[in-house]
Amino acid sequence: MIDFTLSERDRAQLERTRAAALICRKYARYHDENEGDFPPDELPEAAEFYANQTPLPDASDDDTAPPVMMALQSIGQFWGDYSVRLKRTGGGGLGNAALSAAGTPEQQEKWQHLVLSMAITEPGCGSDPSRVSTTAVLDGDEWVLNGEKIFVTTGIRAEGVVLWATIDKSAGRAGIKSFLVEKGTPGFEVPHKEKKLGIRADDTACYVFKDCRIPRENLLGLDETIPKKSSGGFRGVMKTFNMTRPMTAAMGLGLAKAALDFTRDELEKAGVELEYGSALGAQSAVAERFMRLEALYEASELTTLQCTWMAGQGLPNNMESSVCKAHAGSAVRAITQGCVELLGPMGISREHLLEKWMRDCRITDIYEGTGEIQRLIIARGLFDYTRADLK
Amino acid sequence: MISFGPTEEQDMVREAMRDFAEQAVRPIARDCDEASEIPADFLQSVWDLGLTSTQIPESYGGGGEERSAVTNAMVLEELAVGDATLAAAATAPSGFANAILDHGSEEQKKALLPLFCTEKFHAASLAIIEPGPIFDASRPRTVAEPKDDAFVLSGAKTLVPLGDQASHFLVTARNGEALDAFVVPRDAAGLTISEPELNLGLKGLTTVGLELERVELPHDARLGGDAGSDVGRILDASRIALSALMLGVSRAVLEYCVPYAKDRVAFDEPIAKKQAIAFRLSDMHIEQQAMRLMVWKAASHLEKGQEILRAAHLTRSYCAEKSLWVTDNGIQTLGGHGFIREHPVEMWFRNARTLGVLEGVTAV
Repeated sequence: MIDFTLSERDRAQLERTRAAALICRKYARYHDENEGDFPPDELPEAAEFYANQTPLPDASDDDTAPPVMMALQSIGQFWGDYSVRLKRTGGGGLGNAALSAAGTPEQQEKWQHLVLSMAITEPGCGSDPSRVSTTAVLDGDEWVLNGEKIFVTTGIRAEGVVLWATIDKSAGRAGIKSFLVEKGTPGFEVPHKEKKLGIRADDTACYVFKDCRIPRENLLGLDETIPKKSSGGFRGVMKTFNMTRPMTAAMGLGLAKAALDFTRDELEKAGVELEYGSALGAQSAVAERFMRLEALYEASELTTLQCTWMAGQGLPNNMESSVCKAHAGSAVRAITQGCVELLGPMGISREHLLEKWMRDCRITDIYEGTGEIQRLIIARGLFDYTRADLK
Repeated sequence: MISFGPTEEQDMVREAMRDFAEQAVRPIARDCDEASEIPADFLQSVWDLGLTSTQIPESYGGGGEERSAVTNAMVLEELAVGDATLAAAATAPSGFANAILDHGSEEQKKALLPLFCTEKFHAASLAIIEPGPIFDASRPRTVAEPKDDAFVLSGAKTLVPLGDQASHFLVTARNGEALDAFVVPRDAAGLTISEPELNLGLKGLTTVGLELERVELPHDARLGGDAGSDVGRILDASRIALSALMLGVSRAVLEYCVPYAKDRVAFDEPIAKKQAIAFRLSDMHIEQQAMRLMVWKAASHLEKGQEILRAAHLTRSYCAEKSLWVTDNGIQTLGGHGFIREHPVEMWFRNARTLGVLEGVTAV
């Protein structure tokens, strides 16, 4: 049944997320301005926060499914700050989403407690991952990895990586597989951190693999075959996006929500009244503009939640993951940039976090597939076209 | 529990309505637009589906089936994929009937609901909109003055659907500080009903203007009796319905443009293979999906009795903006053919623009 009611337990969980996010927010500006100083794995407030937690209500049949809650909690967490966490626990990296989507039960058991980054982009390939040139060659019972990866999100802090490499260059896209590699493995180097417009406290890294040897069973999903039809195996790899795309959408939405909440408060303080249900003529231009941004947020959040709900139901959500990513990518840009305009001088002042949220969320429409790539995927779905039909 | 899964019954209803829209609605849509008229037997054929009567409790003569705003929104979407004009006209009586059902006094329900439970199509209409710019449905200029044991209504309404045949109008008016609605019979003294209005879109749907010159109504004509009613919720239910219609129009455009773009060749290949076209159609798909989820959420809040003011407002505003964008770009996708009345896209564009400024009409 179509329903949008949160259970008591859902609400309690989200309140907890919000309380933690509010603490993280206090550190947000410092770590934006001090790019080299990573947020600590545990904030000073953490111990007291966890000690004083009231237990969650018992689980019930009314609770929202875990993937949907994951998206909502992600929105709540990023509402606080993009990078600062009260306490970092295992999981949480993009690679973890890939692991949960494509890993065998044994792999999940072994790797899920580690923070896993996801390394796809190379100096010579971005939106077209079929051009991946990092290689994995089987030598006895080990894969030997060679190549360079850039723009690896949480690349410094991550304890391991889900790495894209080709096991057969001549096979094109079909030869690309994902590998689980732990930090500290000989031949796996992290030479530097990138400097960015936003999400500065986040460690976006560059990885180099030089004759890096990993066990044979570290191939994610354990399928070593190269499908004859060129897109089959690649689709398996692409499947990992069907959870990571809505999650990146959720992250951007958290920032957009923060911008909306801040702007709403400031507008109300300034005497702007938001009168829902009133016609255009009865609204101020500022109120009307703001409510349109709110509508954009609502629409975007729903596409994201629907996509995660489908993942939870085991339904194919390839189109939906591109829809929500494309929608959020555009929406969070419009929302945060619009909020900065609405608040004017306050919007651009570094005394407040709004300008930072605008910079931070600019990445949403770029990573995990640009908006353009999402639209290509959607169009291929609409027209029933292959990749060759529509490039 | 957040869930996006329609019930089995909803899936069945959607499929049945999709077939009906394809076979009975779409084929006559253009003729109705050109003639500015809907054949009576079409309205009767939708009436025979029981969309209005089955949801009225048995005690008032109806089918007594459970009413779901989400299901009703799905019905409106599917019918509007066929044609929004015909969908709006055929379901306009539900706008009135649902308002009585949800907000009427026991006497009002007993007196009025049986009208919708007969085999013959029965029209009654919401009269919300007023002429002139800067109209705000929550602040009507029509006033109701209490006088002894009666109310005296003065003002004007416009865009009243099916006003040529409606037996009753539910007229919104200011009653002191309160917003109220009043049941006004067609033959009320002081009520003048205009000739059909000439509109940009929804041309097949006959709309009229009402002049209320000191229309004297008995005390119990006030919706909800002495307690009055939550007129805002009636407006919100209609906004969700209008959003569902705008969603349907948008989907019609998308479903028309996809095969067109695959078929139409320019510079040696289908235009669908060009990113400029492909990306535009992707955006149409993204927006119709977003619209649908907003409609579902607002309708779900409505059927659960939860607060809907904000959700209905945001949904309406989003659907109005995006359906206009989709239909406008549908024309652009067809180029010159989009401008020619041989193709339906220009009609959908006019309908979307029209739906975006309406209030009332129908409800979920």
